[in-house]
Amino acid sequence: MKIALCIKQVPDTTDIKWTENNTMQREGVESIINPCDLYAIEQALNLKKYNGAEIVVFTMGPLQAENMLREVLALGADRAVLLTDKKFAGADTYATAKTLSSAIKKILPDFDMILCGQYAIDGDTAQTGPCIAGLLGIAQVTYVKEIVDNTDTTATIIRELDDGTEKIEVELPSVLCVLNSDFEPSRALINGIISAQDAQVQKIGLEDLDLTAEDVGIKGSPTYVSRAFRPEVKHGNEKLENIDADKGAEILIKKMKEIGVLNE
Amino acid sequence: MSRGILLYAEVTRTGYIHTVFFELARKACELSEKLDNAPIMAVLFSKPGVINDYKEGFTNSGIDKVFVFEDEGLEQYSTDLYSNLITDLVKEIDPEIILIGATNQGRDLAPRISATLGTGLTADCVELDINEKGMLAATRPTFGGQLMATILCKTRPQMATVRPKVFKPADEINYKNTDFIYKALNLGNIKNRVKLKEFTKVLNDTLNELDSAEIIVAGGKGLKSSEGFKMLEELAKLLGGAVGATRGAVDLGYAPHSIQIGQTGKTVTPKVYIACAISGAVQHTVGITGSEYIFSINNDPNAPIFNVSDMGLVGDVFDIIPKLIEILKEAK
Repeated sequence: MKIALCIKQVPDTTDIKWTENNTMQREGVESIINPCDLYAIEQALNLKKYNGAEIVVFTMGPLQAENMLREVLALGADRAVLLTDKKFAGADTYATAKTLSSAIKKILPDFDMILCGQYAIDGDTAQTGPCIAGLLGIAQVTYVKEIVDNTDTTATIIRELDDGTEKIEVELPSVLCVLNSDFEPSRALINGIISAQDAQVQKIGLEDLDLTAEDVGIKGSPTYVSRAFRPEVKHGNEKLENIDADKGAEILIKKMKEIGVLNE
Repeated sequence: MSRGILLYAEVTRTGYIHTVFFELARKACELSEKLDNAPIMAVLFSKPGVINDYKEGFTNSGIDKVFVFEDEGLEQYSTDLYSNLITDLVKEIDPEIILIGATNQGRDLAPRISATLGTGLTADCVELDINEKGMLAATRPTFGGQLMATILCKTRPQMATVRPKVFKPADEINYKNTDFIYKALNLGNIKNRVKLKEFTKVLNDTLNELDSAEIIVAGGKGLKSSEGFKMLEELAKLLGGAVGATRGAVDLGYAPHSIQIGQTGKTVTPKVYIACAISGAVQHTVGITGSEYIFSINNDPNAPIFNVSDMGLVGDVFDIIPKLIEILKEAK
């Protein structure tokens, strides 16, 4: 089993600060591995542990993303590839998927699975995985919760959807977008503190791929941001301090009766 | 004359047109007016023999044309079959805009189609408009809802997905003499590489009523455990409401993903939203600001949730909620 594992380094969105003129303060914002990707990493490591697999981890980003790749190498990935080039900057999901799929074809052409997170917390488009599958013309499975079983040519997967769970069988090679898992991802990451200092991270740029400058980054992106602004908040903002049980319950009941969602 | 707007008419597992389609239809009517009355089209996949049940939904929603793909093999959603058929249809009819509901299906289907067509897609839009150049201006939250971005697309068709309940369906019937076009198809030509083996419905009904509930009682990390959520379930039951959770609480395993509210979960629009021990990170609040009235209970007077609440109570949920449950029980 050969696995291409695609992960992303994202700013911790719970930690974003804004300047007075509504621009994002990027300095001092911590970078983390995208949370869904932790589950994808965990799934890949489990496949390796129980069935044997070669894991090649890919990310596209600035040079500092190398640290994240080293962390995943320390966890048990076999090789790491950093797609880094100034020309890759400003890519939307389509251009990102194009760059990643081109790199996967180059580095691991005989892959069986591409594992990635269902969505990233910064953009939250959930598009890159299915776009990679579309570009490579292979099967895709989104909302993956568990890879139950696999052979050389198929995988049995549990998907977690809004109305329930599906058990499906997919032909390989395919792209699997992992939403969550029953495994606790932090467990593996704690073990990962053993750093992989000697491990090599392969860096590749545009000239290493079968793409042109028109295919990547801002030039290769069909979509672009024309305006960015901070959302308005419209609610009333009344705040009452020191509310005990009796008072709190009384206020809630009174107000819900006023609104008409609770009978008199 | 513009080449029109194509909408994906999702059929749910239970055999209904998903409500998000009617929300998209209303928005498409607004966009069409700004595009010289561009035709509004829909694409529908169905098993044979039930199309008549769906017709009124289209004729009453201002849809000019429906492309129908009818086959036993299309009863279940399939990424391979649906995306192949839609891609071919799009090449044939060349629409200006494609709108898809950002449901589980839509979020699986839309990026697949956009990649195959080599065009741009904007996910989870909260506003759609036509700009002065006649382009689709799609506004979406990003960075956990802390920033809104209006996105344009250089290529055609311009694609966007919209979450359910972000737009409102039309209040009145918008009758059109809809043209139903039955497309010939041969599913044998398309490889379906994913086979559904088993489906298990979400069992807990209270947990799956977020879409229709008038009252939602939601909890955050401050509830400290799944026991805390049992308390909310008891309250929700007494109020005839549903339970929601923040991502923080879901990530810690206190509540299932299916009830997650916010940027990476559901958008909800109840009459009353009661936020219990929720700090109020923007990625949560972006999913609740469409609520009519927001209560919040938190013992941190500086919690950001108070900035988006109509009524904030600085107090302990473990005091106030049990008291409320007690009073409601007595009143029964």
